[in-house]
Amino acid sequence: MGDYTIQEIYSVVVMQSFSGLSLLCIFVLMGLGLYIIFGQMGVINMAHAEFLVMGSYTMCLFSKFISANFPWMMNYYIILAVPLSFAVAFGVGYLVEWLLISRLYKRALDTLLATWGLSLIFQQCFRSFIGAREISADLPDWLMGTWMPTDSIFIPVNGLVLLALTIAITVGLVLFMTKSRLGLRMRATTQNREMSNALGVNTKMTDRLTFALACGISGIAGAFFTTMASTSPTAGTNYIVDSFLVLVLGGLGSLLGLFISAAFLGILSSVLEFFMSGSLAKVWLYLIIFVVLMKFTRGLFSARIRT
Amino acid sequence: MNSLKDYTDPSFSKLLYQRLFANKEALVGFLILTALLLLVLPLFLSPFRLGLAGRYLCYAFVAVGLVMCWGKAGILSLGQGMFFGAGGYCMAMFLKLEASDPESTAIQTTPGIPDFMDWNQVTELPWFWMPFKSFPLTVLLILVVPLVLAFVMSFFYFKGRVTGVVFAILTQSMVACLWYFIVGNQGYFGGINGITDLKTLNGWDIREDSSQRILYFICSLLLLACILLSRYILSSRLGRVLVAQRDMENRVRFSGYNITSFKVFVFCFAAVISSIGGALFTLQVGFMSPNLIGVVPSIDMVIFTAVGGRESLLGAVYGALAVSYAKTIFSEAYPNLWMFFYGGVFIAIVLFLPKGLAGLYQDNIKVWVKNWMRKPETDPESLKIKESEVNNVE
Repeated sequence: MGDYTIQEIYSVVVMQSFSGLSLLCIFVLMGLGLYIIFGQMGVINMAHAEFLVMGSYTMCLFSKFISANFPWMMNYYIILAVPLSFAVAFGVGYLVEWLLISRLYKRALDTLLATWGLSLIFQQCFRSFIGAREISADLPDWLMGTWMPTDSIFIPVNGLVLLALTIAITVGLVLFMTKSRLGLRMRATTQNREMSNALGVNTKMTDRLTFALACGISGIAGAFFTTMASTSPTAGTNYIVDSFLVLVLGGLGSLLGLFISAAFLGILSSVLEFFMSGSLAKVWLYLIIFVVLMKFTRGLFSARIRT
Repeated sequence: MNSLKDYTDPSFSKLLYQRLFANKEALVGFLILTALLLLVLPLFLSPFRLGLAGRYLCYAFVAVGLVMCWGKAGILSLGQGMFFGAGGYCMAMFLKLEASDPESTAIQTTPGIPDFMDWNQVTELPWFWMPFKSFPLTVLLILVVPLVLAFVMSFFYFKGRVTGVVFAILTQSMVACLWYFIVGNQGYFGGINGITDLKTLNGWDIREDSSQRILYFICSLLLLACILLSRYILSSRLGRVLVAQRDMENRVRFSGYNITSFKVFVFCFAAVISSIGGALFTLQVGFMSPNLIGVVPSIDMVIFTAVGGRESLLGAVYGALAVSYAKTIFSEAYPNLWMFFYGGVFIAIVLFLPKGLAGLYQDNIKVWVKNWMRKPETDPESLKIKESEVNNVE
């Protein structure tokens, strides 16, 4: 690294940690959904990544529709596309909970298999009905630009938007859980299902809405995923293993742990990827996590563990 | 059979017999499987189909291991592909070294090393390839490598009381890790292409029909031996503790058992069995690649077990055969429909048949056959057909 000046090294560090930050955002958005679902229902949703892909496809198809029919809306359509992605993922999640998940509570290992089957079916649906080829969204120009705080630092705008969105969703979710009526019911159900039921909380409906909400969040994540990579039927599978690892490392029951471990994973992996090839960086990342988990077998921040 | 008389019986062979075959049903089930594997399939299948059946049987090893570790001991591992791969790669490395002797690799820059190393500018055989020059050492490593891997990976987690879904997720990440490791080390392990062009085992051509047939029989016999060994373990006190800790972990812990060691044992046992299956797989297929052992194949192995019946050793074999066969037939003819169907199988098994085919037999067919047998006008032919589906043991 002798040829670089201090300034350049500084720029590389900043840009590299920003790309780690973007990865962190995806992990957090995926992890939030998994965390809510597991915390509330003890269900491991292996099909979660497919909801992300569903959001991506909604975004892609909607942007194609807009650019073909209403070109003047190109700069603003995202305001409509994000809620639409949320709605699609929310609706499908609602149906899935109703038809499948509601029959499998308290059988965590079985939900793992059933939702894996579900994810295979979803992937095939994407392949059959939308097409196996990768597609990408027609994005407005302002989203694809870069922001240059100094001469040598390039920060992509879509990363900034993703970061802002992640913060907004997280804050919104925390407010929703602590302030709203439904949030109160969700927390009550998580803490004591029988008692909430006895007190007149419709726990079944609460579960259904919770699951759908979690799916909707990953739908939003998917919509923004299109700004960083193209969408294919199996795009989600690259993230599902990592997202679960984030969840486990964070301690499965703690929102703070989720953030810390997402940061740990995101930044560590972009640092490692700077020094070695992609797949070896993955190997080291996993090995480091395994060793950390050997010491902290309940995750870094475990409030209380449910298994 | 638990009466005092049985345990004081001096005859060892009788005792062993009772341990392996708890009742007549277990014996009949085992004999039917033996007859199917050693007589029916070799007699009626073409050499090509028999070769396919031999490959499916390799997956049955993994499925038997999963019955022990998931069905009986309650530890779901989504990473059995790792151990399958450990055995498979050990065998592949031995065969590859034999296939790349200096004469046949004379055109390479460095003769005498595997071709993919030469393509990747590796000029010397790495040290960890050295043991694979000798066949006995390779066989030893096929047993030891998965044992060490499984021990290291499970001991600390089980000691820290990692259970259920968390362990399942960890094993899945581990197999992903192995996949990246192999893909990343193209010069040492062949990368994404795997280790290909395997020809001979100690000078014996493994690609001919006759040798495929012999390998099929070796595979079947080893599988039957593994099933008997598993039954022996399950009928021992060790096996009872395993089942007990699955159902009521805290109670067993309070009774003074060190659960960690039991769990580690059964996980390692499943790993070694899977590794044997992997090694035989390489021998029959003639190559090994990371895509045979990644995250998705590992979950496929779990579904073999689930379809066969997660608590039935014989069911696991039928499950592996049935699902793999269906996969070969349908995935070529109707690839789109197959994926829907396959995903549906996962859901249907979990929702409607948690005990798999074995449960179907035990709860429905067996009852039906018994009712049938009471009637005097029973047609003995229909009975035989039903009994061919026997897959219950315990």
